[in-house]
Amino acid sequence: MRVDRSAVGGVLLRNYVVFLRTWRSNTVISVVDPVISLLAFGFGFGALVAKVGNIDYVEYVGTGIVAQTVLFTTIFPGMFETFFKRDYQHTYDGLLAAPVDAIDVVTAEALWLAAKASVFGLAPLTVAMVFGLDPAAGMLLIPLIGLVTGFGFACVGIFIAALASSFAAFDYVISMLVTPLFLFAGTFFPLQGLPDWVRLVAHLNPLFHTVELIRHAAFGLQPLTDLGHAVFLAGFGVLAWAVASRRMQKRLVA
Amino acid sequence: MTGPAISLRGVVKTFGERRAVDGLDLDIAPGTCVGLLGPNGAGKSTTMKMLTGQAIADSGTLSVLGLELPRQSKLARARMGVVPQDDNLDEDLTVGQAVEVFAALYRVPRSERPEAVDKALAIATLQDRRRDSVKELSGGMRRRLLIGRALVHSPEVLLLDEPTVGLDPQVRSELWGLISRLRDEGVTILMSTHYIEEAERLADDVAVMALGRVVARGVPSELVAKHVGSEALEVHAPASRLADITARAVAAGLPTRRTGASLSVLRAETFSPIDVGATGPEVGLRRRAAVLEDVFVVLTGDTGEEVA
Repeated sequence: MRVDRSAVGGVLLRNYVVFLRTWRSNTVISVVDPVISLLAFGFGFGALVAKVGNIDYVEYVGTGIVAQTVLFTTIFPGMFETFFKRDYQHTYDGLLAAPVDAIDVVTAEALWLAAKASVFGLAPLTVAMVFGLDPAAGMLLIPLIGLVTGFGFACVGIFIAALASSFAAFDYVISMLVTPLFLFAGTFFPLQGLPDWVRLVAHLNPLFHTVELIRHAAFGLQPLTDLGHAVFLAGFGVLAWAVASRRMQKRLVA
Repeated sequence: MTGPAISLRGVVKTFGERRAVDGLDLDIAPGTCVGLLGPNGAGKSTTMKMLTGQAIADSGTLSVLGLELPRQSKLARARMGVVPQDDNLDEDLTVGQAVEVFAALYRVPRSERPEAVDKALAIATLQDRRRDSVKELSGGMRRRLLIGRALVHSPEVLLLDEPTVGLDPQVRSELWGLISRLRDEGVTILMSTHYIEEAERLADDVAVMALGRVVARGVPSELVAKHVGSEALEVHAPASRLADITARAVAAGLPTRRTGASLSVLRAETFSPIDVGATGPEVGLRRRAAVLEDVFVVLTGDTGEEVA
């Protein structure tokens, strides 16, 4: 299997043209949702917890929710939209009848979701700034972090969609996988208070590395540590892409 | 090109225990329209899927325009148009956008896309609906759009999978006109259908499939002459008499078929009703010309009940 740039470009163009006609509903949900989370947690918990370390809680949560937004806006559409396009809209039948292979479809879908997520992630960041988060030059890296993380999680979503035979299967995935992913990543509370084994497992959570990177981008980079986080995320992306492409190929080509 | 536009040799495809395609041989000459006829489950759709690389044969060889499948499938797909049985139009797009997107997917160079889209919309006679949403189109218009979209890159080969299934008769004949024009323009067409009339009207040549292989191949009129002769004797009579007549016809080596309450004994030009015991006051007789449907029923064993 090899990626074909023209094929990926064609699928991206399709998504872009569809997006031009549907962006309102698509964007509103992706932007409003994290902002509500930010306000609820920031002020709800913020009243109980003033600071985490030396960071104001609202800024702590604000940066955490950027990562959560990237997760939610990639893994969910990766699952639901992919499944819907495959089984209900028959979109992939049309694409595969053209000179486009399963690997091109997976690559394009994941890139597209990742690109959107990297932008959507800026919404809670902006709101956090309104509530006192200071702009920093390092924040320019945040869309890039979102892109890499988003690509990996979009691939995870697509992989799950390729395994699933009905929408009902997603309920299990959400409780068993997505919820722990976003709770045990240092988004809302630091991992320090958790039992050792939980912390150890949490270090395998890609979103933990995303959260760390985003916080460092906002509050001060730690080059060597951050290089480690970046390598982990890149590795996660490549692995998830390979697995999703293979699985989707099996699912789409009988 | 000199060889066949589409060629399948000894193709086998199984899904679990089921042999969907079982030793299929099929050649389609360039510039011809071939109807792939067969009851549901005969292997027509699987054959179509293998030609677009969406199913991989277990054994046998397949080629399209001299390109070997599945190895060169992508190159082959770039020169093929596909009209799927399941409508897969993007509901959110306008009619023009739906075609434009496929122009890009089929790698029509950017500068040539506007012209290609105009041409495709003209084929589909949807120029006036260009800015309308796909959602607003009727069933017949959606089908026309699917056909126009499949032609946006001026393919040499067009695959039509049950192109008029589920459409009302008026829309169907409108689509037949469209497909017939494409055939006249020299596009090689492979069209799967279980509507006999569709194949009779459009195809230069028909391949009848049953149980995953081709059981008869040829020009419709020749197939009729070869397998069922020129005339059919339609017999209306009480069930017990029909059973008796059937037995006598079969014993005489005559093909028969039941349609509802009547029995058709084929090759009626070769015998008289008395030969098969079709006499008496309670027996109604009618002679009619033998048709492709008779061939289909005799060869596939399909009752033809759902055939229009």
